[in-house]
Amino acid sequence: MTRDHADHPAVVRLCHWVIALALAVLIPSGLEVFGAFPSFGDKIPQRDLFDPPSALRLGDWLGGALQWHFTFAWLLTMAIVAYIAYQAITRNGRQVLFVARDLRGVWPMVRHYFLFGPKPRVTETYNPLQKLAYSTALALVIVSIVTGFALYKPVQLSWLVTALGGFRLTRIWHFASMCGVLAFIPGHLVMVALHGWGNFASMWTGSIRKESGIRIPDS
Amino acid sequence: MLPLAGAAVLLNPTWRARAIRGGLELSDAASAVLFDPYRMAPVFPDRDVTPLERYPLNSYLTHDPDVDLDDWRLTVTGLVSKPGDYSLDAIRGLPRLRQNTRHICIEGWDVIGSYGGVRLADLLTLVGADAQAQFVEFGCADDYYESLDIRTARHPQSLLCDEMYGRPLTREHGAPLRLVLPTKLGYKQAKYLVSLRVTNVLGPKRGYWVDQGYSWYGGL
Repeated sequence: MTRDHADHPAVVRLCHWVIALALAVLIPSGLEVFGAFPSFGDKIPQRDLFDPPSALRLGDWLGGALQWHFTFAWLLTMAIVAYIAYQAITRNGRQVLFVARDLRGVWPMVRHYFLFGPKPRVTETYNPLQKLAYSTALALVIVSIVTGFALYKPVQLSWLVTALGGFRLTRIWHFASMCGVLAFIPGHLVMVALHGWGNFASMWTGSIRKESGIRIPDS
Repeated sequence: MLPLAGAAVLLNPTWRARAIRGGLELSDAASAVLFDPYRMAPVFPDRDVTPLERYPLNSYLTHDPDVDLDDWRLTVTGLVSKPGDYSLDAIRGLPRLRQNTRHICIEGWDVIGSYGGVRLADLLTLVGADAQAQFVEFGCADDYYESLDIRTARHPQSLLCDEMYGRPLTREHGAPLRLVLPTKLGYKQAKYLVSLRVTNVLGPKRGYWVDQGYSWYGGL
């Protein structure tokens, strides 16, 4: 069976780009915030982990960075909620949701992508490795939102901070989830580049034009 | 193309500033809705308290604004039935309490301090604050200033603090009287208090850091 990549419904496309824009603001503004106290330990004595380079920071100072961060945190939250609701209600999300039966297909895909292994037969729109990557990235963004709200409201949401292991550990989870999202982005961009213009354009227009003649490696 | 339009908004400096200011105000509005006046901030046993010598000093303007402690008065004005200058003894006559609560700085660090004093709510009652008033403004001896929503001001853990670690407040920690607000970030907890005004209209000066771009609500 040959098939083009699934059409991207308008809600998915909109959410994808809002999330991309929000992350492009949240990560550098978060690094500026981190720069105000670049440690996960005591204030006295303070042991700095690293000083984020100014090129990766956004907001000029802590107050400016927090304005960016809060504004786009709301945007990210709304986009993620809309995305999950749409994917769940229309069941369109099933094609990218990594489930237990995808587990055994992960290693053959890794072998194919990275170790010149034979190409596994893929019968679904997205292969198990893609599902794993997209589902993990979504989970990481959800973790960053939940831990972000816990850090923002550690008194009103004190039960959440307790469940996360305390205020300082929550800061670590928040930072670690950002690192995880960062790890996803280069691989995602490389795959987008390899799949060509038609695939990239489909995230704007909704579908890959068949007459474009672009071959989709996974189809 | 909606996302591109959104990105275009960010390229215009005026729109950008307005957008992220708006985001901050949205966050403040949501914070006020989320604030539960009956929810207590976590309190801690004495063994969890950060030792005093490791309690950070973030005096924004000075470590010691040369307050004359003998002649100190808290000047109370605004929507109160009994305005005037209140002495430290008058304030200390209110029911006292001690609490070990977490102090969280906007920078991201936190300490657990031991604080003693009287409830800000009790002082508002003592001075006959208008029950419908919305805000309380504070002036400080070092030209710092702050303002609070009334619900936080009346929260049972919101203190006018004159003691830390069982001893009278030292000059670098804000003697003779400072705010301790376990439901707010550190910059809301003004030191060296000299004046208090109950009002329904916040002036142009809402807070030393707030006026530079920090969230006004600053609620935890």
